[in-house]
Amino acid sequence: MEPLAEKFSHINGWGIDIDPKNDPTYPIKKRTDEEQKGYTWERPVQQTSGVEVLHSIERPNLSATFGTSSPPKGLSGQLRRYAFRYSESHYGHWLPLLLADRVEAVEGIVDDVKQGRFPNVFKEKGRIAEWKYNPQRVLIRVAVTVAVATAVWSVLAGKNKRN
Amino acid sequence: MLAMNYRGPQRVRIDHKPMPQIQHPEDAIVRVTRTCICGSDLHLYNGNVPDTRVGSTFGHEFIGVVEEVGPAIQNLKPGDTVMVPFNIACGKCAFCRQELYGNCHESNPEATAVGGIFGYSHTAGGYDGGQAEYVRVPYADFGPTVIPDWMDPDDAVLLTDVVPTGYQAAEMGGIQPGDTVVVFGAGPIGIMAAKCAWLFGAGRVIVIDQEEYRLEFVRNFAQCEAYNFRSIEDPVVFIKKTTDWMGADVCIDAVGAEAAGNALNTLTGRKMLLQAGSTTALHWAINSVKKGGIVSIVGVYGPTDNLVPIGNVVNKGITIRANQASVKRLLPRLIGHIQSGVLNPKAMITHRVPLEEIADAYRIFSDKLDNCIKTVLIPSRANS
Repeated sequence: MEPLAEKFSHINGWGIDIDPKNDPTYPIKKRTDEEQKGYTWERPVQQTSGVEVLHSIERPNLSATFGTSSPPKGLSGQLRRYAFRYSESHYGHWLPLLLADRVEAVEGIVDDVKQGRFPNVFKEKGRIAEWKYNPQRVLIRVAVTVAVATAVWSVLAGKNKRN
Repeated sequence: MLAMNYRGPQRVRIDHKPMPQIQHPEDAIVRVTRTCICGSDLHLYNGNVPDTRVGSTFGHEFIGVVEEVGPAIQNLKPGDTVMVPFNIACGKCAFCRQELYGNCHESNPEATAVGGIFGYSHTAGGYDGGQAEYVRVPYADFGPTVIPDWMDPDDAVLLTDVVPTGYQAAEMGGIQPGDTVVVFGAGPIGIMAAKCAWLFGAGRVIVIDQEEYRLEFVRNFAQCEAYNFRSIEDPVVFIKKTTDWMGADVCIDAVGAEAAGNALNTLTGRKMLLQAGSTTALHWAINSVKKGGIVSIVGVYGPTDNLVPIGNVVNKGITIRANQASVKRLLPRLIGHIQSGVLNPKAMITHRVPLEEIADAYRIFSDKLDNCIKTVLIPSRANS
């Protein structure tokens, strides 16, 4: 150890946490096997809530606390409720949740418009900062969008003419 | 109050939201004075984590002042300045009693694989996070730690995730004196893992990334070697060559789902979401470590499946260790290391941005604009 400590003396703190007993290391060394006994610990007081909270079918109950942010609603909410009929090891759980996330992004725009607020997507995507630090990429993005839109418009216009 | 509001992939804004309320006897309400954007927030930002709901507030790295406490709170009082670990842990369940505070069984009803995390989707409990003026903190008698008077708040906010996660990455590597440690990723976590590898007696520390400015930073900050995988062609062959064709003793994946460097993985993991993130860094870690070596994973992946060379794990006899950092377990030691000057995490902060400019802050951090390494958001009520 001494020659190594000398070799690395220029590194502040070298070797201060060497612990030969740290093997095997975290996360298995504090094993108590307590979990083998099931729910035997003194559970914290159960949180109650007026909002709908979905829970994994891999557990029998809600955890004692939980978040109440954005409860399920609308079509995305239906998809989330469906997803929670399956376990975490099942695609039937995760894929509907991902789909629900995309559906809810659209529902969010509809909600905004209903409230008289048209979302400023340019600002929400941080394009102001991108323009400041990487204007070239913004220009490329705009050029590609215009090119694709023009191509689609040309194809559709040509089809209408033929009809 | 003002809070970050997620609207869909790569769309965030600041909005007025209702003040958080005490919902459980062990809750506290904290006024946020510093909060960060974490690399793992980008998985949410990009829409890669299932059950990330519109209207959620992200943010699991924050410090603040206690404004209100629930009736069961005994260790905190209004006015205390606290750092809040990103794990929400009860401190009582079978897993917390094993110091697995990232795996608490009483903080997340929606998934059993992970405990509750502030502002990290409903897959991690559905809690609003700290990228806001105020936040509800469950189990406030257990998690939050009062910030010592001498500590810089910038150091304190990095103790809520970055420093413990980087430290635990090195700890889980089981580093023996003289070992060669390779860290994949020169983001804040990778930088801190490289720095901490020396504390466990590493003999050589190598960092691999693709951003030159980050490689330059980590060379100076962690006094290690750092290489750009764009210029070394095949990182696995490079590591083999530079370790006398043996491989590294310990490899650390400090990247996770956003890894670049392999077109197929990028396409299937990041663009098409056919797997739970790109596994390029993990591939390199498994293939670069020596036979019988240890791979330590702190990079975050989604909950579904990933393409991983598990056959090589078997054939090489590799040990894999991984977990969310157990912040509360590590805080006493890490506070000591900051006090003694061994660690100086605040040096990683490159950007300080008002909370109101959160959309720009996410873009700068996500796209690595303006040589960004770590962004701190400061709410306007931070000094009130």
